[in-house]
Amino acid sequence: MTRKLFAMSLAALLIMAFTIPVMAAEKEPYKIGAVFSVTGRASFIGDPEKKTTEMLTDQVNAAGGINGHPLEVIIYDDKSDDTDARLLVNRLIKKDKVVAIIGPSLSGTSLAVVDLVKKYKIPLLSCAASWKIVTNPNTKKERHWVFKTTQRDSHAVGRIYDFLKSKGTKKIAILTVTTGFGASGREQLIRLAPKYGFTIVSDEKFGPKDTDMTVQLTRIRGTGAQAIVGWSIGPTQVTMVRNWRDLGMTNIPFYQSHGFGSKKNIELAAGAAEGVFCPMAAVSLARLVPDDHIQKKVTMKYNQDYEKRYGEPVSAFGGNSWDAFSLLVDALKAVGPNKKKIRDYLENRKDFIAQSGVYNFSPSDHNGLTKDSFEIVVVKGGDWAIPQ
Amino acid sequence: MKQDHKILIFFFIALAAFPIIAHYIEGIQHYIDIMIFVGIFSLITIGLSLLMGYAGQVSLGHAAFFGIGAYTSAVLTGKYGFNPWIGFLVGIILTAAIAYVVGIPSLKLKGHYLAMATLAFGIIIFIVFNEWDTMTAGPSGFSDIPGISIGGYNLDSDIKYYGFVWTIVVLCLLFSINVIHSRIGRALRSIHGSEDAANAMGVNTSKYKLQIFVISAVYASIAGSLYAHYMNFISPSSFSLFFSIKLLIMVILGGGMANIWGAVLGTWTLMLLGAEWLHFLEEFEFLVYGAVLLLMTIFLPRGLIGLVEFLVSGRNKGAY
Amino acid sequence: MEQITLSNQIVQYVFTGITVGSIYALVALGFNIIYNATEVINLAQGEFVMLGGLIMVFFITTLNLPLVVGFILTVLVVTAIGALFERLAIYPLEGASVLTLIIITIAASIFIQGLAMGIWGKDPYDLPAFSGRTPISFLGAMIQPQYLWILGITIVVVILLNLFFGRTMVGKAMAACADNPEAASLVGINVRMMVLFSFALSAAIGSIAGIVITPVSLMEFDRGPMLAIKGFAAAVLGGLGSFGGAVFAGFLLGVIESLFAGLVHSGFKDAAGLIVLLIVLFIRPSGLFGSTEVTKIKKF
Repeated sequence: MTRKLFAMSLAALLIMAFTIPVMAAEKEPYKIGAVFSVTGRASFIGDPEKKTTEMLTDQVNAAGGINGHPLEVIIYDDKSDDTDARLLVNRLIKKDKVVAIIGPSLSGTSLAVVDLVKKYKIPLLSCAASWKIVTNPNTKKERHWVFKTTQRDSHAVGRIYDFLKSKGTKKIAILTVTTGFGASGREQLIRLAPKYGFTIVSDEKFGPKDTDMTVQLTRIRGTGAQAIVGWSIGPTQVTMVRNWRDLGMTNIPFYQSHGFGSKKNIELAAGAAEGVFCPMAAVSLARLVPDDHIQKKVTMKYNQDYEKRYGEPVSAFGGNSWDAFSLLVDALKAVGPNKKKIRDYLENRKDFIAQSGVYNFSPSDHNGLTKDSFEIVVVKGGDWAIPQ
Repeated sequence: MKQDHKILIFFFIALAAFPIIAHYIEGIQHYIDIMIFVGIFSLITIGLSLLMGYAGQVSLGHAAFFGIGAYTSAVLTGKYGFNPWIGFLVGIILTAAIAYVVGIPSLKLKGHYLAMATLAFGIIIFIVFNEWDTMTAGPSGFSDIPGISIGGYNLDSDIKYYGFVWTIVVLCLLFSINVIHSRIGRALRSIHGSEDAANAMGVNTSKYKLQIFVISAVYASIAGSLYAHYMNFISPSSFSLFFSIKLLIMVILGGGMANIWGAVLGTWTLMLLGAEWLHFLEEFEFLVYGAVLLLMTIFLPRGLIGLVEFLVSGRNKGAY
Repeated sequence: MEQITLSNQIVQYVFTGITVGSIYALVALGFNIIYNATEVINLAQGEFVMLGGLIMVFFITTLNLPLVVGFILTVLVVTAIGALFERLAIYPLEGASVLTLIIITIAASIFIQGLAMGIWGKDPYDLPAFSGRTPISFLGAMIQPQYLWILGITIVVVILLNLFFGRTMVGKAMAACADNPEAASLVGINVRMMVLFSFALSAAIGSIAGIVITPVSLMEFDRGPMLAIKGFAAAVLGGLGSFGGAVFAGFLLGVIESLFAGLVHSGFKDAAGLIVLLIVLFIRPSGLFGSTEVTKIKKF
């Protein structure tokens, strides 16, 4: 009797052992690729992007994948280099055979791959800033296969200018870094100024490795500027305000770009950032916005999850990759792993509530955001505050 | 026919065979893309090998010539709509002219002075790329550069571009091998050995040094044009001091100081290390590069090619 | 709105220039010390400055040591690093070609940057200013108290170096090696030891520069190369081998750079110093205070 029972249970166990793996392997994984500047000069952008993507991938898979399909995200590091970005996107397309790509992190690395994704007809969701990524500067039409999540520089500038206008400012000085980010910001600052009736009385520049801007700020001091708009990312953001304070120029309000929005910058400024303004997206504001704000829920969740997993506050850059990832997952859920269908779906996606704003894509707008995705905040008591 | 010519024939056959093999093996098709960049960068390192290995001069600013070729092609074709071949030609002429003008005073300098002069020159050109934004589009980079077509035949796939690039590289190698085995090559080697002795023997050292400097600059310019038309986008960051140093590492790693094949080997090795083999070492890029340079220079001055030579002939030829 | 005139601005530029120039002067001195003893140009000189700043950050911010203690410890640590560098990378290559030495020092520079990046990451680090940050108004310019510290300490270093090389036995021995190593060893000077000392001393000076400049302009792992290039430009401008020349040229270069950025175009600021370097190299490689015959005879 016991031997029969034993044999039957063994047989049952063997049958289970063979069927369970078969059942689990039933659904093919969805493969997407990601290229971020995890190392190199822009690692402060790519690193949170990678972390965010990994966290979200785990969350999606823990919840059973996308319609039961596990999600496989292959993340590469382009070292902030144009050539590497191109090689890696090529690899994702040819070797890893992904169905869509998130990133790259920078305008330069993104522009280096837009022609490639066009050639191989695969959708790209860049996390970088320049408008040229989604809009061909020669034809002025949106690139068919390219979308981007980050706000355009014109949005950030527009929001700052709205605020300045409300304060009655007329003469402004601009201080920009000679990198892609700075040049792009400068382009918008100059282009939009006449629309607001502003005069740019000083147009100063500095290099990304410069350690001193007192010369440029001194020149600004002599021009009667009523506000200074500084546009850079990286250590120079901090040096700018330190020099501004050290020169005793705090009576001229200072506005930073949307790249300034991280607590680390306030710390490094060692008190010099008090009173500095900058545009900030909901992702970094989370706790400060009222509960009925449309992005409150998603930004709070992201902030809490990220801080819990990584022990550091979120950065706006990570938010951009959150948006790209989530938009893609949303598309995959709706239309499955088909490159063309994903592209078409994204192009018509409306009211997508995300970290950097609420996205409304269309054939003539592959970025989907407006300047209202920004609030203007001010540094008060070593932290962010909504100005009165 | 010299041994170098024989190697060239084998090399050509291997290059031609590679895409055919890759077509049938799953998982390595993307290598064609990598090899295109290996070819483009090899053009520059071959020139550097001639300059540093054979003529014994040093250049820490060759990224500048690479950039001048790239931007000339980009601006002429992207901004003004000229035919890409005009871009190549003007790039070559412009680079040769600049190399000539800079070379005359620079090559009178020796050792560290020459190194710093080329370094300074490289950085100044980089700053020009960054600042002259009305022409170069500045730091944001120059996008939407058109591709190349040869008499109506569009080079729009990576296999076609592979063939194009490596044909040019092989022609360059042929030209360089002939230079090395010619009177100019012998004159250069005598200069490398001892410039004073060469002068005393009646070798016009200034003329030869200048010639090789200009040739190496022209190679870099051609590489730049090829790069621009393949990437369809260039930005100043690709032509920085860091890239000049990377070129140096390629030459030394491979043993381009000892012979021209070393330059190609070094370029190939470094590209594959970066693109394929050593992903996990990305954080340590600086450490790895620095260590490689140090170890190579101290222990293996003839580079990887020296290793190959040693294995093939069983002899250690010693430092260059 | 306060009235800032052009002359006020120029005073500001000159002060900024002198401050930055002090650092160039110290780096140039470092180049000269090693060059005088060994005829090697240490392209990793900038890394000593960077290490000075970052190691000081470690002592002051992480370990919370008092300023003076941190200062002394930092200088000692970087001096040791300089000596280690000489033993590991220069000593084994006795008699190597100039090209090899150039590559070795570049490689060391990259390697040290890699180490620094591994330890401190890519972020910039701050140090508290030695005596606060309240700016001092002077002829319409706003001078940070730290600027005065930088200038003061540079002057002290120059004076001490002068005494060292002129009055002490070790210093005179090092100077002798610079002139003629064979003769020096004939009279019993241990040339290898002098080379080691020169690297150690050079590292010490570089670290001092790093410590004093960090409160003003922060410090991160890759600051070295640009400082080295400009320091070299100052050394060549002043005449390789001449200490007084290096100091004068350092200040001059800093002021030229600052005035150029202020009065002409700020984007091309770095180019100003480099163009000066090229002009000197092409026209008068012996610099302002070097000797033209000596320059021709020297190894380069």
